[in-house]
Amino acid sequence: MRYVTRRLGFFIVTLWACLTINFVLPRLMPGNPAEAMMARYKGRINGSALKALEIAFGVNSSQSSVHQYFTYLGDMLTGHFGTSLTFFPDPVSQVVFAALPWTLGLVGLTTVLAFAAGTIVGIVAGWRRGSALDSVMPPIFVIISAFPYFFLALMALLLFSVTLGWFPQGFGYSNTDTAGWSWHFIGDVLSHAFLPAMVILITSIGGWVLTMRNNMISTLSEDYVRMARAKGLSPLRIMFAYAGRNAVLPNLTGFAMSLGFVVSGAILVEYVFSYPGVGYMLLQAVENEDFALMQTLFLFITVCVLTAVLLMDFATILLDPRTRTQA
Amino acid sequence: MRPRTPPPTAPAADPAPVPAGAGPATPAVAVPVTNGPGGTGPVPSGADLATAPTVAKKRILEVKELSVEYAGVAPAQAVDKVSFGLSEGEFMAIVGESGCGKSTLLFAIAHLLSSPAEVTGGTVVFNGQNMVAMTDKQLRAVRWRGMSVVMQSAMNALNPVMSIETQFSDAMKAHGEKNPNYIRARSEEVLVLVGIDVVHLKSYPHQLSGGMRQRAMIAMALLFSPELILMDEPTSALDVVAQRSLMVQVKQLQRELGFAIIFVTHDMSLVAHFSDRVVVMYAGQIVEARPTRPLFASPLHPYTRGLLEAFPSAYGPRAPLEGIPGSPPDLTKLPVGCNFQPRCAKAFSRCASTSPDLYELDGAVVRCLLYSGAGDGLPEPDGGTGRDVQAGRA
Amino acid sequence: MATTTLPSGQVSGIRSYWARFRGGAVWGLLRAIVSNRKATAGVVILAIFCFLAAFPGLIAHDNPQAEIYNPGLAPSAAHWLGTNAYGQDLFAQLIYSTRQSLFLAVAAGALATLLSVIVGVTSAYMGGFTDDFLSLITDIFLVIPAFPLIVVIAAYSKNGGDTILIAVLVVTGWSYGARQLRVQALSLRNRDFLVAAKLRGERRWRVIVSEILPTMTSLIVAIFLGTTLYAIVAAAGLQFIGLGNPNTLSWGTMLYWAQNNEALQSGSPLWAIMPGICIALLGAAFALLNYAFDEVSNPALRPVRRRRR
Repeated sequence: MRYVTRRLGFFIVTLWACLTINFVLPRLMPGNPAEAMMARYKGRINGSALKALEIAFGVNSSQSSVHQYFTYLGDMLTGHFGTSLTFFPDPVSQVVFAALPWTLGLVGLTTVLAFAAGTIVGIVAGWRRGSALDSVMPPIFVIISAFPYFFLALMALLLFSVTLGWFPQGFGYSNTDTAGWSWHFIGDVLSHAFLPAMVILITSIGGWVLTMRNNMISTLSEDYVRMARAKGLSPLRIMFAYAGRNAVLPNLTGFAMSLGFVVSGAILVEYVFSYPGVGYMLLQAVENEDFALMQTLFLFITVCVLTAVLLMDFATILLDPRTRTQA
Repeated sequence: MRPRTPPPTAPAADPAPVPAGAGPATPAVAVPVTNGPGGTGPVPSGADLATAPTVAKKRILEVKELSVEYAGVAPAQAVDKVSFGLSEGEFMAIVGESGCGKSTLLFAIAHLLSSPAEVTGGTVVFNGQNMVAMTDKQLRAVRWRGMSVVMQSAMNALNPVMSIETQFSDAMKAHGEKNPNYIRARSEEVLVLVGIDVVHLKSYPHQLSGGMRQRAMIAMALLFSPELILMDEPTSALDVVAQRSLMVQVKQLQRELGFAIIFVTHDMSLVAHFSDRVVVMYAGQIVEARPTRPLFASPLHPYTRGLLEAFPSAYGPRAPLEGIPGSPPDLTKLPVGCNFQPRCAKAFSRCASTSPDLYELDGAVVRCLLYSGAGDGLPEPDGGTGRDVQAGRA
Repeated sequence: MATTTLPSGQVSGIRSYWARFRGGAVWGLLRAIVSNRKATAGVVILAIFCFLAAFPGLIAHDNPQAEIYNPGLAPSAAHWLGTNAYGQDLFAQLIYSTRQSLFLAVAAGALATLLSVIVGVTSAYMGGFTDDFLSLITDIFLVIPAFPLIVVIAAYSKNGGDTILIAVLVVTGWSYGARQLRVQALSLRNRDFLVAAKLRGERRWRVIVSEILPTMTSLIVAIFLGTTLYAIVAAAGLQFIGLGNPNTLSWGTMLYWAQNNEALQSGSPLWAIMPGICIALLGAAFALLNYAFDEVSNPALRPVRRRRR
């Protein structure tokens, strides 16, 4: 199980690196932006909140940097992320946890869906090389994947909400609604989520299809695929169990790498649709110079991505016996 | 030679010897077939490529004018009108340098080529059915039950993410075998046949040694006791000792189970020790085909001679090793005249202008103008196409 | 055309590298571009944008920054795309924005490629602890979501200008290429010609520069194309949310002002649509080139036509 240990170790190291970036960045920037911000907020927020900010950014502190660093790490690990200025006086953790489900629901689901659908389409396209599906699709996906997510989001908003009026113009649900587990509310949430979900789906699926198709084409020239044909296996069995299963392995690693890209796009999609997830909140925090919220959101996004990566690692272990026996 | 063991539909190939004469309805006993294992027995003079033996050995494979082309800007004729036949239980070797089309020929026989390679003509009749004309579905039924394949490197030919057991049972399930107990029993049986402990059924390819992987692949090829096993350099990934023991085992299995083998290799010593008959290929064509012993005793084609001189003989007199100068021609730009002529020490003026046909000579066929007048009544080299078939039918 | 996209400028002083590249490869490259429809499309789009970036005044005659017209004019002969809420000519804005957008993307792409070459090749060539350490850093940068990080960095250095923007894009964009290059350089490390060079006693950096890099040209080009594509999209995104310098002229900032003035809802949608299309086109040019390049260097991926019988 050396592989598992190594992947877990990587998770922890990356998390630590991310925390350290959060700590170092405000101290590294010229002119100490945190100090400038604090000066502006003095008098507007209470003493204890200011104190917390001072600790977080090392302003007016007599403590050594090392001491500050460990205090900071301790705070982060125990969930003391400070107070949000945007949603004053709510603690950051509370604000973030309110936004997280929206993003997990929207971005998480669409990403998984895009990956699954893209993988299957890629397998079929690679298998039926040169077919109509395969010759039309790659160029289209190449171009779509170059579209900025937010631009597509803007266009979708313009066409389907502003012009056609089929879908609401942003936000997670209507103001007139009361949140709760009623069918009406769920339907409302879905209709608000539909456009952003489609935008993320359309822009991210192309990448999966293309890489999967290319992996598939390389895999199809492998001896074990020819062997499977020689054995007289059914085309479906060869396509999925022999070629597809091997072709998906590099894509699992690719998923980890591309996830950051999808998340980036999703942030802007949330922004365009004013969707109440972490991405929209991150940009709100930037606008309000709410550094504590900003840092925590960055941390949470990273943790989500890292968790997804770890899940993919476990999937790799399931699908590839070679990772089970050696490093 | 013992007749073949049960037809492919039989539940298990019994490794125990079957009494001579119990085989197919041919008077095998009456015929002095002593085409012994290891190529050590005397070879019947009639058992050459060209003529169907007068003895009652069933012909299981008849390849006629088979051509394969690699599509591209400049199409390459990788296999050019190759014809030969194969009888049951025979061990035929195909030799030649790298890139002479021998592996392509092998996979063309099994109809396993993939784009850009494509069969452009000819027939492969296996047990009375033309495989070239078959639909994919018909092909699937013939595959593995009648004809199985062993590849060069089991590391690449076995699916790395499946256990040996799954890969075995996959093949059996594909051919309608549903009983898990039988599948399990048969898998263990073939594994024991090749000398691997049954615990390795649970292993994945990367957990086995090179020799074991290769044996496991051969075991897989034996699952249905097919009549023909195509082997594409099955030993070239192994060291010399493992090579030797694997080949001895293959020969042993052949003796017990009676399958025929087409064996592609560039290792002339393996050919000398194990094959009954040799087909020498050059630039996609057969240049010489005949029983092993006479071929090694007196090679006819200058290319064959060159191949033989390129490897040392353990028993013969010490002689300096001489390879063949130059390298095989680019299949998209074949020379005018004889393909081998630019590298041939015996080339004469006509070689540069006339492409030789296959000439029949003492139970052999050879594609060389040196022998163009040797056969009695043979037509002139430019005497038309289809000569190969005629040779096959003579 | 595509030769301008080669990272030749950064790898300075490598004569042999260039010489080798020129020898025959240029012809091969040109032929490949012409024979591959995706590459042709990419090159043509890129050429047009390069021309616009170099000579915007030849196409657009208005001053893009002058707020001299009536706001919110519809498209007409005088103003092909109309005017925006500030009374600026949108067509002139669009054309003059090309330079900044293209420059940002290519500069960030080139620098990120250079960084990935340095890290990737060093990592592979040094081996041992250096390799482990650099690989770990690469992997960390690979999984840390780049855009939130960019946002955070850009937020701290608000209005820091293009230099900061480029720096941020480079910091977040180098890791993917570094990883690929490391893998390829590792596979090269024990090749005969490198061993021979070492035995000849050539210095390390010379071996790297004159022996290793030329063999990796195609991968480096591919990485440059990919990184630039990333930079185009990321820069536009940052400018769109106002983290660039909003006073410069680029497609991203045009989108920012359009969004701020609710252009889509208030009847001048072209203000947002046109710069978006330009970003998408520029991105598509690089994506097409990248894909075509994949096909050229990996023949297995080329489109095939099924034979009809």
